[in-house]
Amino acid sequence: MTELNIVQAINRTLHDAMRQDPNVLILGEDIGVNGGVFRATEGLFKEFGAERVIDTPLSETGIIGAAIGMALYGLKPVAEIQFMDFIYPAFDQIVSELAKFRYRSAGQYPAHVVIRTPYGGGIKGGLYHSQSTEAYFCHTAGIKVVVPSTPADARGLLFSAIDDEDPVLFLEPKRIYRSLTGEVPEGAERVPFGRARIVRDGSDVSVFAYGAMVPQAAEAAGKLEQDGISAEVVDLRSLVPLDEAAAVASVEKTGRAVIVHEAARFCGFGAELAAVLAEKALYSLKAPVVRVTGFDTPFPYALENLYLPNADRIAHAARAAVRAA
Amino acid sequence: MVEPGTPSMAPTISGASDFSEDGLRDAYRLMVLARVADERCLMLQRQGRIGFYAPLMGQEAAQVGASRALSPGDWVFPAYREMAVALARGVSLKAIFDQLLGNADDAIRGRQMPNHFGFREKNFVVASSPIGTQITQAVGAAMAAQRRKDPVVAIAFFGDGATSSNDFHAGLNFAGVFQSPSIFFCQNNQWAISMPRKRQTMSATLAEKAAAYGIPGVQVDGNDIRAVYRAVRDARARAVSGHGPTMIEAEVYRFGPHSTSDDPKRYQTDLELSAAKARDPIGRLKAELIASALWDEVAEQKLWEESRAYVSRTFEASEKATPLDPRSIFEDVFARLSPRLAEERADYDDRAREGALRS
Repeated sequence: MTELNIVQAINRTLHDAMRQDPNVLILGEDIGVNGGVFRATEGLFKEFGAERVIDTPLSETGIIGAAIGMALYGLKPVAEIQFMDFIYPAFDQIVSELAKFRYRSAGQYPAHVVIRTPYGGGIKGGLYHSQSTEAYFCHTAGIKVVVPSTPADARGLLFSAIDDEDPVLFLEPKRIYRSLTGEVPEGAERVPFGRARIVRDGSDVSVFAYGAMVPQAAEAAGKLEQDGISAEVVDLRSLVPLDEAAAVASVEKTGRAVIVHEAARFCGFGAELAAVLAEKALYSLKAPVVRVTGFDTPFPYALENLYLPNADRIAHAARAAVRAA
Repeated sequence: MVEPGTPSMAPTISGASDFSEDGLRDAYRLMVLARVADERCLMLQRQGRIGFYAPLMGQEAAQVGASRALSPGDWVFPAYREMAVALARGVSLKAIFDQLLGNADDAIRGRQMPNHFGFREKNFVVASSPIGTQITQAVGAAMAAQRRKDPVVAIAFFGDGATSSNDFHAGLNFAGVFQSPSIFFCQNNQWAISMPRKRQTMSATLAEKAAAYGIPGVQVDGNDIRAVYRAVRDARARAVSGHGPTMIEAEVYRFGPHSTSDDPKRYQTDLELSAAKARDPIGRLKAELIASALWDEVAEQKLWEESRAYVSRTFEASEKATPLDPRSIFEDVFARLSPRLAEERADYDDRAREGALRS
């Protein structure tokens, strides 16, 4: 075990994956000589050279289109999109092409591309360096979407993403890239997709979160404990595939659900989770499901802290749910 | 004559300096087969026997000429009008028709509209409808071949309209920067549905766009199968010897509608169409073959008759194939059935059982 932050864990995992498998290569903007704008790819260019650490021209559709071609050919490209906010020029390649290659070719042409991209607010990035738009991609059949919230999960999920046979969108919560450290295994332990992680056991209310909202949910649970409320914090980790069984089991135990994400509420991921609970755990619910999310506004700059859910908002929602029944 | 679709139709010479006499006759047979199949498909659509069709007529020399200059190991990234390329790479007409019908023999299991086929064993990547997206993908495949030091090129087929797409610019730019073994084969058929070539771009030629990316661009008469063959052969030789990508603009004319959903009379004059048809690539090659004493009217008549009979026979065989298994709808989304899809399939199974009980 080593104490690392999330960027270091990702960096180390990329090094290890590239050492273990000569088919793994990475491509993106400023990832080579410069080591990435967040330094996630630091040192890779020096070790693996320009053939496997490819600094690309400034075109997201070029990056993902080329990554798809490489994957069809048999390589394992890990593409970086510098900020999730800049992924849209590649939206066509991701949604129309990458996610559909296996299906539209009936399995003849699987395209296993891993797309790493930093997402989310809390860094004073304003409209275009803060968004959390995972729902667009979760809505698209054929692509998996995972979000680590700890250094260990960053490593374990990234290994799984590179092993996987399907395209994976790997979302990196940039707000906690460095602010949070944790024990990370030296080995190549995988964290399987589709398994939520119980961050903290509880019996009165389930708080579901992912990415940078997990530490906020955990902090809220601490506040709630002082009020005598026992909150269970569930880190979803894997949005597609979703660990529905874990979500249902938690609500069967607590009878209340608070769903937290940075993204806007309307048609956000929480809507899907709330629907799953309505379909599969309705009779266990003692109170309405509550969503604590970003507002249905574009992501603001100066008022970012008002927009982003925090421990107080989460605790407030949980108290209300507990009071309701 | 050799029956259309038999092994002699498969790619013959590769890397040869030019067409042999046999090679040229073979190419001609293939072009005629493609034309006959194309005409038949338009008719079958009108009869309601297939749902949709996008014809290639007018582009036979460009497609067959380009294909003959490639190797079986090369990767083809088609648009959705490349039936003659598929046939030239040895895909059977039956496999094409199975795809048009989406039957149980369809290699892509009914997943896409007609014309959007793909055949892994022929390195013919499955097509999609968005315009130009295959161009950056072809560059990625070429970059992969470059990294593995495989003597392989990846060729992207696209039309004049695609030169306005994002991925055309991104793809050519990447290819220039990385000197990938790529061929960008633009069939300029003068129309992007209703938009004429002259209004697609103010560039004097499409080929000259390549210069902006630092790569050679050449324009050829796409009705001249030898000219197309030489251009692709040379581009391929440059690519596999490490000299980078080439863009080729093959000037052709779309004789048919954009697709069976399109009526060109709204935007195209009869005069323009008949002028283009006077330069029919099939008529041109036939005249050349006859002038070189490689062909005669007896062989000609026999070829068309046999091609028509072959197309009829083949389509009837495809129509007899069994329908798709409905449960296949849930497969190939992911490598393994996801829990969510397993649930949706179980729900379907329940309803199917109920339906069976009622009837």
